[in-house]
Amino acid sequence: MTPVFEVQNLNKKFGGLVVTNDVSLSMAPGDRLALIGPNGAGKTTFINLVTGNLAPDAGHVQLSGEDVTRMRPAQRVRRGLVRSFQVTRLFHDMTPEEHLALAILQREGRSGQMFGHYSGRVRVMDETAALLDQLGLFDLRHLKVREIAYGQQRLLEIAMAMALKPKVLLLDEPAAGVPQSETALVEAALDSLPSDLAILMIDHDMDLVFRFAKRVVVLAAGTVIFDGLPEDVTKDSRVREAYLGSYADAGSTA
Amino acid sequence: MAVSMDQSLTAPSLVKRLADSGLIGVFAIVLAGAMGYLLMPNNLALLTQIVAVALLVLSIDLVTGYCGVATLGHAALFGAGAYGAGIAAVHFGITDPVAMTAVGLLAGALAGLVSGLVILRAHGLAQLVLSIAVIHLFHEAANKASGWTGGSDGLSAIMPNAFFGLFEFDLWGRTAYVYGVVLLGLVFILLQILVRSPFGMLARGVRQDQIRIAAMGASSHAVLLRMYVISGAVAGIGGALSAISTQVVGLDSLSFTLSAEALVMLVLGGTGSLYGAMIGTVVFMLFEDTLSAANPFHWLTVVGALLIAVVLFAPKGLYGTAVALADRFRRRPA
Ligand SMILES: Nc1ncnc2c1ncn2[C@@H]1O[C@H](COP(=O)(O)OP(=O)(O)OP(=O)(O)O)[C@@H](O)[C@H]1O
Ligand SMILES: [Mg+2]
Repeated sequence: MTPVFEVQNLNKKFGGLVVTNDVSLSMAPGDRLALIGPNGAGKTTFINLVTGNLAPDAGHVQLSGEDVTRMRPAQRVRRGLVRSFQVTRLFHDMTPEEHLALAILQREGRSGQMFGHYSGRVRVMDETAALLDQLGLFDLRHLKVREIAYGQQRLLEIAMAMALKPKVLLLDEPAAGVPQSETALVEAALDSLPSDLAILMIDHDMDLVFRFAKRVVVLAAGTVIFDGLPEDVTKDSRVREAYLGSYADAGSTA
Repeated sequence: MAVSMDQSLTAPSLVKRLADSGLIGVFAIVLAGAMGYLLMPNNLALLTQIVAVALLVLSIDLVTGYCGVATLGHAALFGAGAYGAGIAAVHFGITDPVAMTAVGLLAGALAGLVSGLVILRAHGLAQLVLSIAVIHLFHEAANKASGWTGGSDGLSAIMPNAFFGLFEFDLWGRTAYVYGVVLLGLVFILLQILVRSPFGMLARGVRQDQIRIAAMGASSHAVLLRMYVISGAVAGIGGALSAISTQVVGLDSLSFTLSAEALVMLVLGGTGSLYGAMIGTVVFMLFEDTLSAANPFHWLTVVGALLIAVVLFAPKGLYGTAVALADRFRRRPA
């Protein structure tokens, strides 16, 4: 299948530190890809580069065959490239209901309307309620985000990405910070997503990774050292070395 | 878990719903307007000026309170409206008060577009500095173009026609005052609709997290620029009202001082709410008027002390603090 998302020879340095080293990666519709690697491997940076939150030193990003490397983040989102954040980014003075209604209106190109309240729009409200329900947030829908627990903010972060109905979804540690009792909600939500959506998920929880992924990419010190099937990843000697190495002298990167 | 799912907690209260719909606000404007008319009949010129400045403060609230843009140059939009209406009357014979107001609105919106394009290029402190540069440039331009503006002498002999040919602009300023209160009420209703709309939500989002806004696929810059134009229209109406009621326009309507004072009024009342903007203006200007008459030398000291007290002890402003207290009272278990 032709890739819906393609990254070619992406490079990024912070000062002298190479954080992204000639990374290439492509995803077809329906991919379920886990991006793993030790702390500081450059996973979040990779997402920031492809979404336009950071500018790469070199390399290209394509979305459905279109080069989006020079586009602003919002333009890429409108073309279907949506991300979630490792550290939750939400509007603290707004309620979960407002968040999702706004995201849905934005997706439909109606967020600029200057009259009427979202609660008067039946379809928006129905979709909002369904999403809230799906992530166990319905009872909290009228509370301000700063009044709800961090774990629930994490769930809202995921719901926001889903509300935008992306073509390519990049999730940065979606389950981190979600209480054990509610990770099932995250997994069920991911399962419910359309089968032709390409999903890339970063996570450190190997059980979650193995349940979710059909393909695993391992990043170490900014370099892709493995790209293959989940069952092969633990057998790979370079992967073992990277994880062992990073635990042996954490923080030192090439 | 401490959070109870009690209805009173999760559903907006009746008072809040009424406040949101703007009915309380319109009622308050009409009531305060009538009280002013009855209690201070000899001071209607002052009251009209309060209404005009309230429009300016509302306009600052749109960009500062709702969108988080720091500006010390917002009088540029007010002054543009005042000069627009004045020049239309003096040089083009447009003396119908409603038409003058419309010219002020357009001039303000245009000034909003221009200063928005400049100010929104920067962020934070640089943004504040740009806004100061903008007000000085507008001020200088008005000063230099004295053929049109009267320069430092001001633009005088603005003679608005009688309203619909019926209500003269009398010596006591009754017509201008009533017109001002009606304008404020109308603008308030429209702004209340605006801030509750999807666009209003988007604006609040821009203030809180622009990266999240971008991650939703929306453009902060587009939101801010549109808000600047709307803000300019509102300030422009205020400027036009000032020109119509005082029948002169001076360079002070286009000054850094007015920009700064209006921002102070907003902070005093509380940013991010239309009610706060109006309350701040009324309190500040009545205070200023009373104190400067009582003690012309030290009234600024008192205003300074008042402001320090508000910033330290009620950082959400008079209205914001009152709402927070009421909220806390409502949530305390009986
Ligand atoms: N803006 C920045 N400026 C300088 N260095 C940065 C910046 N962002 C990240 N880094 C560094 O780049 C390296 C990669 O960081 P990144 O956040 O991409 O790692 P990660 O793989 O997401 O790690 P984790 O699993 O802990 O989330 C780290 O050494 C980090 O300190
Ligand atoms: Mg990370």
